[in-house]
Amino acid sequence: MDKTKRIQTPLTVQQAVGLKVGDNVLISGVIYTARDAAHRRLAELLKEGKPLPIELEDQVLYYVGPAPAPPGHACGAAGPTTSTRMDIYTPPLIEKGLRGMIGKGLRSQAVIEAMKKHGAVYFAATGGAAALISKSIKKVEVVAYEDLGTEAIHRMYVEDFPCIVVIDSYGNNLYESGPQRYRTCKTL
Amino acid sequence: MIREIKAEKIKDTVKRLLLQANYEIGTDVLRELGLSLKREESATGKSVLQQIIDNHRIARQDRIAMCQDTGMVVLFVSLGQEAIITGGDFTEAVNQGVKEAYTEGYLRKSVVEDPLFGRKNTGDNTPAVIHLELVPGDRIKIQVMAKGFGSENMSRGKMLLPSAGVQGVTDFVIETVQKAGPNPCPPLVIGVGIGGTLDMAARLAKISLLREIGCPNGDIHYAALEKELKERVNELGIGPAGLGGRITALAVNVEYYPTHIAGLPVVVNINCHAARHAAAEI
Ligand code: SF4
Repeated sequence: MDKTKRIQTPLTVQQAVGLKVGDNVLISGVIYTARDAAHRRLAELLKEGKPLPIELEDQVLYYVGPAPAPPGHACGAAGPTTSTRMDIYTPPLIEKGLRGMIGKGLRSQAVIEAMKKHGAVYFAATGGAAALISKSIKKVEVVAYEDLGTEAIHRMYVEDFPCIVVIDSYGNNLYESGPQRYRTCKTL
Repeated sequence: MIREIKAEKIKDTVKRLLLQANYEIGTDVLRELGLSLKREESATGKSVLQQIIDNHRIARQDRIAMCQDTGMVVLFVSLGQEAIITGGDFTEAVNQGVKEAYTEGYLRKSVVEDPLFGRKNTGDNTPAVIHLELVPGDRIKIQVMAKGFGSENMSRGKMLLPSAGVQGVTDFVIETVQKAGPNPCPPLVIGVGIGGTLDMAARLAKISLLREIGCPNGDIHYAALEKELKERVNELGIGPAGLGGRITALAVNVEYYPTHIAGLPVVVNINCHAARHAAAEI
């Protein structure tokens, strides 16, 4: 197995371009959560030229809507949601300096192009490994859109959050190359 | 003889089953995940499978949700025709059970009250989708399912022409899984409903997801079809988490029903490895 890389947020361009597709990564530091509803609001603000509630430069967004935290836990189950739904809102965020995204599932060509142009990375966390992932989340606080409940923007303090580089800043895509290597039938 | 079943008892059972389903993965799923870990050739695939197994163990131990998408609740209820429900409304009892499980069990509330306008969260994960069937006897069997939407969204149906036959069904299943790629959190449990009407095929596909993994269909033709479909799906190479590998499906379960001379309905309902269901009889 490839050796695991430890990275600390904020994620600089230099760090981002050093990450290669297939790298196992453990992320520590601050990351922000946002799902569909929060993305819609961020996109509207950008369109109107208004300031965003969080600074995006060199930040990492995690596509997640955690389950409520049981007593004694910093965070409830918190695995990734399908990233594809965020695609239409994402390129302008990358232009604003967003450096990393954690989710699961395919991305659009427009997102990949923006990642290549600005040097951003897409990480996959294991879908459905939500209880395991929640152990690496040490503290959670709401920073914007509290009315959205689980869909609000949260600041998460994470330690050794496990994920894999699935699309690197050069556009290499493990969702394509991985299955290709193991496919033994002809494509439909 | 008429047997009385208290609505309160139904509520308590639904609540208990939903907590169990969300915290404790079935031993059949765990067993199949263990076997898959041995069979998987991809290093990344192996590490993903190991994470999933560890995850399900943590959820069971700590009594926390195995996945944050604790799903929309689907119930299959087989009501004995000699049973009578007393002391309250059946549907209300079910939804009260859902509400108590999701609020007291720290499960996520993911249901909106109107699919099109407003999409306001109902706040307690109600209502459940309830399928009711009348059967002989005086007991009530309740099967609950917490259905995540990463996988539900990748499900598809099609009204095939009868001439499409086995080939048509197979192609449709493979195409559906290929299109889904990494989105439904592979390794998958794949339910296929064939026959009946449009709605019946969808219902059969969902029912098939309740079957224990490793138990083939009782009919030899359908058992062979299940085996063939599982092999074909695994040849796609999608692998654990869609990152490439030998294991894409943990199981393919097929259920069928008589259909019209002019039709061949087929529905593919995809479930993720967090295949959460539980059952009880009162
Ligand atoms: S598809 Fe299943 S495992 Fe994946 S996030 Fe949804 S509920 Fe969880």
